[in-house]
Amino acid sequence: MTDNRPQHGGTVTLSVPSHPKYLYVVRSALYPLVLDAGFPKKEARKVVLAVDEACSNIIRHAYSGDPTKTIIMTVEDGAERFVVRLRDYGRKVEQAKIVPRDLKDIRPGGLGTHFINLAFESVSYDADQVQGTLLTLEKKKQQVKR
Amino acid sequence: MNVEITMEKIGAGHLMRLKGDVDMNTSPDVRNGLGEVFKQAGSKALVINLSGVRYMDSSGIATLVEAMQNCMKKGMKLRLAELSPSVRDVFELARLSSIFEIFSSVNEATAGL
Repeated sequence: MTDNRPQHGGTVTLSVPSHPKYLYVVRSALYPLVLDAGFPKKEARKVVLAVDEACSNIIRHAYSGDPTKTIIMTVEDGAERFVVRLRDYGRKVEQAKIVPRDLKDIRPGGLGTHFINLAFESVSYDADQVQGTLLTLEKKKQQVKR
Repeated sequence: MNVEITMEKIGAGHLMRLKGDVDMNTSPDVRNGLGEVFKQAGSKALVINLSGVRYMDSSGIATLVEAMQNCMKKGMKLRLAELSPSVRDVFELARLSSIFEIFSSVNEATAGL
């Protein structure tokens, strides 16, 4: 029997506390969704790493380590794009300060932004929210084989 | 999600085994474990068995870079062994695969120590 239902179009929303111990919940929820969108395992691991890094940045910078706040992740599997949105209600990001470090400079830290930019073609910070920031990460599905 | 850290003496150095995810939540524990090794006088090498680590983020990488820098200051060798595919990916993405001494098995990593 042929399944004629569309293979895309689903949206999943997950709300987690801003404690680092919940990062694994984000990873565990996201990984099968990326695979389900048709990306290979290696690419799915890159996406999960990037979103984990973005959540870590929210905890560290937007919420200054306060574990009692909230991060809302929305995952949208569109026909042409796989989109992850991360909403926080903390301190707004200063985009000018978000720069990946030079990889030739071997030192601890500064890799998160590099990982995010490697995994997604489009990374946009909307700080025009009344409170906090909406980070939108988009990845093309052109080369995805189902 | 915790990380388990076990340590044993091997030859002139130490073997640390990590099990679990090394992320923003657990990296401080790994850093503390490494601090205990660096307190040991006379240790010439540190081998870290990563076979039990299924996930590592940039904070884990940063912890290992710190460890490498500490080892260099103390004249110790740092060797990493048995990286899972996901951890190996992270090293490649960070372009650190050639910076660390990485071995496919603990036996190879501990040889000659």
